[in-house]
Amino acid sequence: MSGRPTRENWSSRLGVILAVAGSAVGLGNFLRFPGQAAQYGGGAFMVAYVVSFLIIGLPIAWAEWALGRRAGQKGFNSCPGILFYITRHPAGKFIGVIGVIIPVVVYMYYVCIEAWCLGYAVNFLKGGTSQFEDPAKAGAFFGNFVGMGGDGSALKGFGMDIAWPFLIVVFILNFVLIYRGLSKGIELFCKYAMPALVVIALVVLVRVLTLGTPVPAHPENSVINGLGYMWNPQKTFLQDLGPDGKVKLDDKGHAVEQEVVDRATIAAAAPGALRQVTIWEQLQRRQLWLAAAGQIFFSLSVGFGVIITYASYLKRNDDVVLSGLAACSANEFCEVGLGGLITLPAGVAFLGVAGVAGQGTFGLGFNVLPVVFHSMPGGAVFGFLFFFLLFLAAVTSSLSMLQPGIAFLEESLGVGRKVSVTLLGLITLMGCGFVMNFSAGLKALDTIDFWIGTFLMYVLATIQIIIFSWILGVDKGLAEANRGAAFKIPGIFRFFMMYLTPIFLIVVFLSWLTFDVLGLGGGELSSQIKDLFVEWNPVSWMSVGLIAIVGTAFLILSHRSEAFKTLPAETTGDEPDPLP
Amino acid sequence: MTTSGWIIMSLSVCTVTVLFVWCIWRVLTLPGEEQHMHGFEFQTPDEKSDRDPN
Repeated sequence: MSGRPTRENWSSRLGVILAVAGSAVGLGNFLRFPGQAAQYGGGAFMVAYVVSFLIIGLPIAWAEWALGRRAGQKGFNSCPGILFYITRHPAGKFIGVIGVIIPVVVYMYYVCIEAWCLGYAVNFLKGGTSQFEDPAKAGAFFGNFVGMGGDGSALKGFGMDIAWPFLIVVFILNFVLIYRGLSKGIELFCKYAMPALVVIALVVLVRVLTLGTPVPAHPENSVINGLGYMWNPQKTFLQDLGPDGKVKLDDKGHAVEQEVVDRATIAAAAPGALRQVTIWEQLQRRQLWLAAAGQIFFSLSVGFGVIITYASYLKRNDDVVLSGLAACSANEFCEVGLGGLITLPAGVAFLGVAGVAGQGTFGLGFNVLPVVFHSMPGGAVFGFLFFFLLFLAAVTSSLSMLQPGIAFLEESLGVGRKVSVTLLGLITLMGCGFVMNFSAGLKALDTIDFWIGTFLMYVLATIQIIIFSWILGVDKGLAEANRGAAFKIPGIFRFFMMYLTPIFLIVVFLSWLTFDVLGLGGGELSSQIKDLFVEWNPVSWMSVGLIAIVGTAFLILSHRSEAFKTLPAETTGDEPDPLP
Repeated sequence: MTTSGWIIMSLSVCTVTVLFVWCIWRVLTLPGEEQHMHGFEFQTPDEKSDRDPN
């Protein structure tokens, strides 16, 4: 038997599900997903999205739940401890450090975005939203609010139009909740925040779907056309024709065109000006599959180090199969059922397809939507509700990013929560200060997001599914997952977990690396690579340096820790539950 | 919005909604889904571990 029983545990099954779902539901559900789905054609995107959910999302989620619970019975709650115990090899404790670096470093910039959401909610609540009259004004407000103009500008001044006071509020809130512990802090908050989030989203959804055609001068701007822009499987583009009747090309040789959804424009188009892209053509695009897999991946928080940590606080016979599916389904409901119906229809209804097309997550959330809420009747209230909803989603996610770090510090240093919270608070405060200070063009945020929030997540997820299927053994892993389960994992997932999931992940990762990062095979060199090796951007290098410092410190801690020097005996399946 | 757009939207939204409702219903109706109140006791983990080294 182990001499390190788990000291904390969840209060209820629903509580842990809401905590995991809260970790997964974030800004991406309401801002990133709609943009991605619309860009690649709703129907085609959803096909790739569902396939990715079944092949990547669900199998990795179940694997993380099972691995975490298994190691948790021996008192391992941090990713290094969990992988050390599961792999039964010292390499596990070093590989597992990735599962601490990811959430801790992502927290450093995520909490800044969380502060933006709170700041926008408060700005709508106080009324007088003239700063959001048009996209140009909204863009200028956002630039000033987050300090895009220059490094250090985000920390100057004080008021409602600057982000740092809100950052202090959310930072303190997060650490108060995390100090209160797993069940009294994270679980309690998620139990109220998640239902509140869904109710608020439903209220905003009803408002958006009843907007109709809010700008009489532009009858083509309507909620129905917004839904069409998001969900129509066949995309129709109106191309600019030159005097010779041929399609105009820009300086890169691409057709000058704009997507249209309203039938009047399509009917009035000149012969040869329309280009149709069918669902089958969309499905043949590599980028579509990359986008769908990436969206599933980041949306479900798999490969993040969070699910595996949360699951380690479960009891030996607690269900993980239904819980894993329930957490995933809650995330999908928020993403597809709510996010997919709110954001773009609202944007198109006021600004038209041209106003929302090509906007990234931040552009859609902090430039387009504030204008939309400013323009709609009762906009101050609905704007407040929407940004408060984003704020709640962000808090439940950021809390989950702290727990892996807390568990790691407690385990590796053998300290209590007061010390671990203080240490993690200092580390993340310095990181947040770095991100806030180097705010010009959001360079620090983008760089960290790329290397941690994209690159390392793929790596960790791939490692985790290989450990589950090939090192622990898929049959042993499935038996572990199925113990105490409300229903068994369907047999087809054995094949998925052994072959399809790792191969799919590796192919997607290599494809992304080849075409989108290194720019080979007709792809474009990633701006992050350019910043580091072509333009030698000092902020990019400092951001990578920050990651390296945190990573090295955690590796040293993991190496020196007494907790990761001896392996407890493996669970055979017959031991009594060590927890009360 | 085209007919196929309506179909895809309805299918997608209905599927995730039904799955979510079914999961929550199963979770809430499983035996043993009672809240262990010790999780909400007025005590921080530090205080708990100070008293009980296990």
